[in-house]
Amino acid sequence: MTTATNTQKKGGFLAGTANYLDERVGVAGILKEFGRKIFPDHWSFMLGEVALYSFVVLLISGTFLTFFFQPAMTPVIYDGVYGPLKGAEVSVAYASTLDISFEVRGGLLMRQVHHWAALLFVAAAGLHMLRVFFTGAFRKPREINWVVGFMLFVLGMAGGFTGYSLPDDLLSGNGLRIIDGMIKGLPVVGAYVSSLLFGGEFPGENIVARLYSLHIMLIPALILVFVAIHLFMVVIHKHTHYSGPGKKDTNVVGYPLMPVYVAKAGGFFFLVFGVIMVIAANFTINPVWNYGGYDPSPVSAGTQPDWYIGWLDGALRLAPTHLEVVDWAGNTWSWNILLPMIVGIAFLVVVAVYPFFEAWVTGDKREHHVLDRPRNAPTRTAIGAAGVTFYAVLWAGAGTDLIATNFAMSLNQVLTSIQILLIVAPIVAFFITKRACLSLQRKDREIALHGHESGRIIRLPHGEFVEVHEAVDAFELYTLTDYKTYRPVAATANSKGRITFSSRARAAWSRFFFEDRVEPVTQTELAAAHHDHGQVEGGH
Amino acid sequence: MSDNSNGLVPSSGESDEYAYSAGAGLVLSDAIADPGIEPHRVRMTDKSVKHEKAAERQVSAMFVISILGSIFAIFAYFFWPLDEANLDAVRINTMFLGLGITLGLFGIGFGAVHWAKTLMPDAEVSEERHQTRGTEENRARAIEIIKLADSESGFSRRKLIRRTMYGALALFPLPAIVFFKDMTTEANPVEKLRHTMWQANKRLVQDPSGVPIKAADVTVGSAFHVIPEGLNEADHMLEEKSKAAVLLVRLDPADIHSAKEADWGYEGIVAYSKICTHVGCPVALYEQHTHHLLCPCHQSTFDITNDCAVVFGPATRALPQLKIGIDAEGYLIAKGDFEEPVGPSFWERKAN
Amino acid sequence: MSFLKRKANSARRSPFAAAIVIALGLLLSGGGYAVASGAVTSANANDPYKSAANIAAGKKLFLANCASCHGQNAGGTSAAPSLIGVGAASVDFQVSSGRMPAQGSGPQMPSKTPQFNEQQVIELAAYVASLAPGPEVPSDEALAANGNAERGGQLFRTNCAMCHNAVGAGGALTEGKYAPNLMAAEPKEIYEAMITGPQNMPVFSDANLTPTDKKDIITYLTYVQEHKSPGGYELANLGPVAEGLFAWIFLLGLIIGITIWLGAKSN
Repeated sequence: MTTATNTQKKGGFLAGTANYLDERVGVAGILKEFGRKIFPDHWSFMLGEVALYSFVVLLISGTFLTFFFQPAMTPVIYDGVYGPLKGAEVSVAYASTLDISFEVRGGLLMRQVHHWAALLFVAAAGLHMLRVFFTGAFRKPREINWVVGFMLFVLGMAGGFTGYSLPDDLLSGNGLRIIDGMIKGLPVVGAYVSSLLFGGEFPGENIVARLYSLHIMLIPALILVFVAIHLFMVVIHKHTHYSGPGKKDTNVVGYPLMPVYVAKAGGFFFLVFGVIMVIAANFTINPVWNYGGYDPSPVSAGTQPDWYIGWLDGALRLAPTHLEVVDWAGNTWSWNILLPMIVGIAFLVVVAVYPFFEAWVTGDKREHHVLDRPRNAPTRTAIGAAGVTFYAVLWAGAGTDLIATNFAMSLNQVLTSIQILLIVAPIVAFFITKRACLSLQRKDREIALHGHESGRIIRLPHGEFVEVHEAVDAFELYTLTDYKTYRPVAATANSKGRITFSSRARAAWSRFFFEDRVEPVTQTELAAAHHDHGQVEGGH
Repeated sequence: MSDNSNGLVPSSGESDEYAYSAGAGLVLSDAIADPGIEPHRVRMTDKSVKHEKAAERQVSAMFVISILGSIFAIFAYFFWPLDEANLDAVRINTMFLGLGITLGLFGIGFGAVHWAKTLMPDAEVSEERHQTRGTEENRARAIEIIKLADSESGFSRRKLIRRTMYGALALFPLPAIVFFKDMTTEANPVEKLRHTMWQANKRLVQDPSGVPIKAADVTVGSAFHVIPEGLNEADHMLEEKSKAAVLLVRLDPADIHSAKEADWGYEGIVAYSKICTHVGCPVALYEQHTHHLLCPCHQSTFDITNDCAVVFGPATRALPQLKIGIDAEGYLIAKGDFEEPVGPSFWERKAN
Repeated sequence: MSFLKRKANSARRSPFAAAIVIALGLLLSGGGYAVASGAVTSANANDPYKSAANIAAGKKLFLANCASCHGQNAGGTSAAPSLIGVGAASVDFQVSSGRMPAQGSGPQMPSKTPQFNEQQVIELAAYVASLAPGPEVPSDEALAANGNAERGGQLFRTNCAMCHNAVGAGGALTEGKYAPNLMAAEPKEIYEAMITGPQNMPVFSDANLTPTDKKDIITYLTYVQEHKSPGGYELANLGPVAEGLFAWIFLLGLIIGITIWLGAKSN
């Protein structure tokens, strides 16, 4: 017994506490169930934890900020310590943000911790999603957890945007103005939705308080609920592990929760918090005092959202000129706003439903707990690379002005190039990635069959020169050959003897996915290969 | 190619009663055999007491650093207070407070992880997984419970109850939706979008000072940021400003390519709404030689010599022009409101 | 009043400005100019920009270095605009920032190491100013950063920030042009840029931004230049894009480094 469940022992604080808790909460049963649960160890499995820990840091720092922040848009004359704004008419929200920054000890530190943690939260969640995608961790039985994680990513963006807008400074005010303009562009309801949101005309005196309610209550509560569901499902499914010797779909290989994982993951929280803290102590983020309070007339060059909204802002920038049309009834269709919105929403929908789509294509109903190496699922990896490229191009679209000034290029040319790249780059990324994956698989196959090149050349008795290949050991051989592969399926007739559209579509997608493939080495092939090169292999 | 087949495979987990289809998946009958978990590599701290002791000291040292860091942070809070007269104090306070806390956090973090890595067992352990699907026994029991609940409540049987309950559940959120109505005080938001503070004979004044502008002072090549007179004292100042902000420039009349533009201006002085027709950012960047107006948010570009038509970027419509003239004292005045709604498009924009 | 009028008028520059001066003639207020400038000239007998010796020396420099593009009489050619009426301020701004003489063509002349020393700049400016009246080099008093920074900040945001960014980090214009970074700009450069409107920057005459307004703007910019951010390193004040990149590369980079250390086996 290494856990504290042994409450029989007399004496000792630990035993006493454990006994007290067990008799009231039944902690022994919980520890018996979870105390030695196995978690696999790999650096890429910690990205989700980074997001979770940043969220905890957000809750801690955010709570501190609520003690001082006043979400009101009532105009006041700023009379704080920041000279270049003394005497300016600003909103209460903005003035209280300045007061937190300059008149509360540690206030600026907490603001910076909060903002850096927010950027990190969404970034880590995004990277975690990429890890899950590229290793196929979303496959059965984890499809629903993928959707839950997706919701968390979207909620993270929502939490970030509502927070970004709270200080009521010139930068965030222009951000809200853009949101207002986008909402007004919605067919039929636009003007009314905008009026409801802002409590009348833009900017009104309500929006900051309303976003504040969402930012500190509804969104964090939803994030907590989804985090709870997300983790609950991780416990139910147990964590996936990378393929390798001893790792199967029927087991989980790693370290026990207590003590190793508690120490590592617990320590890791302090490390994530520490990294955020050291950055926040030394690097300015969102210097609202530079921007001034919101005023609808001025604007600053470089007016951009935080990074996670950047791709949507980029989509808005990339819309071609003259898309807006007036129909026969005199209604205005703002396609320059609707098209980017549709592209953005479509992208998110594709991300959310991908696991179900892939499951439909493969028809594979097995449970998958061993992760794919990205190269071993070439089409999926290529689709992912295309998606990442698409997102990255939109994201770059939000920085066209900075790209132009910092690399001495023409703003117009940068924008036009990015418009073209948005279509071309994902396609190119798809093909390059797919070819690269297949080549890597062939190389793996070569190594599994013929071993590593040793660089030693020997001459055989009959005069032939050959390079000695060092055979791979059983562990490496298994790692190279243990992956799942699929073959395209043909469209088949159903019970009524008809070939349905769905069946044809599935066959077509299945060809798209699996026509080009490299199948794993089998024992038969390995034996044949060894027989051919019996003399030279195994040389050391 | 080796002999392999598609088909049903046993599900993971101990129960083999149920088999999942592999779909298009290949199931290799002669796949390379799993050699099992790699043998455990023994660490220095496992082999030598000296290394173990050293690791133990390192972990404690990190915890001590953490203690010192936390104490330093408290010390920094008091030792480097804020100073009203000097904002550098904020910088110093932020930095030292933050660095103290960082040490406090890093000490614990690195200490705990180092402890786990060097002193706790590092042999990988394998644990069985159970398939997510319940055992046949559990599934049968679950179905039994649902059927029992159904029969006891009569959920399937009592259609009247079921249907009225669906109705009730569907309607009960409706009051909540109605409640959102009062989030706005406007009965007709569209009407307000059609009008700004500009009206005939209202003077153009400088933003934000409110100083009126003489036509003679607007020289070629200059750009004035303009608001209507009285805006700063208006009831809904920001709301009005959001619609009424105007950019005023003087062009060489020979450069103006639109008769309407010249006509609505005064001696080459033209006034255009500064609110972008895309999503409403202030289009305030005026290039005096190319005569282009650029929006810094999404890069829509307008040609001010051609009635502010869009020449680049996502906007579609030209910026609305304000008709201007001068009053008896030579100050610039508006000749009326904008003749079309300013700012971003909305559904009813064209309709009347 | 005559002082104000003179300033208002003197803000005209550039070929277009010169053309307009001719086109509109003395219609608006030009008539008052001669009287006012005469008064000012007599009050500045020792003004180096009015010294005959400097004008003569400036003419030589001009013919040797500028005339190939701007023409023998500074009347402009197809390659470069006329300098008649651009004033000493314009020459001082362009030449002492190294933008002129230009090296090659491009969307915009970048600032570089100046080719002429202070005295030579004065001579060139004196020569160009002698061709036709134009904006003068501002006095030290006008440049002292002792105005109202709050007002200056508000004016800067309304009139300048859309191109130059809220704290002067610079920004993009169309077709490869840009609004330069002002973090190292000197008060004289800022003032001269406002009154002369170099390249595509609009002119801010004294009727638009009064000398007090200009002083306030200079005060604000000087404050921003001299005060480091209380939050720490500023990431070039480029805003959320720079912050996002920094978060991805350094914040997330550091953490991934830690995860790799954490996942690696101890030896």
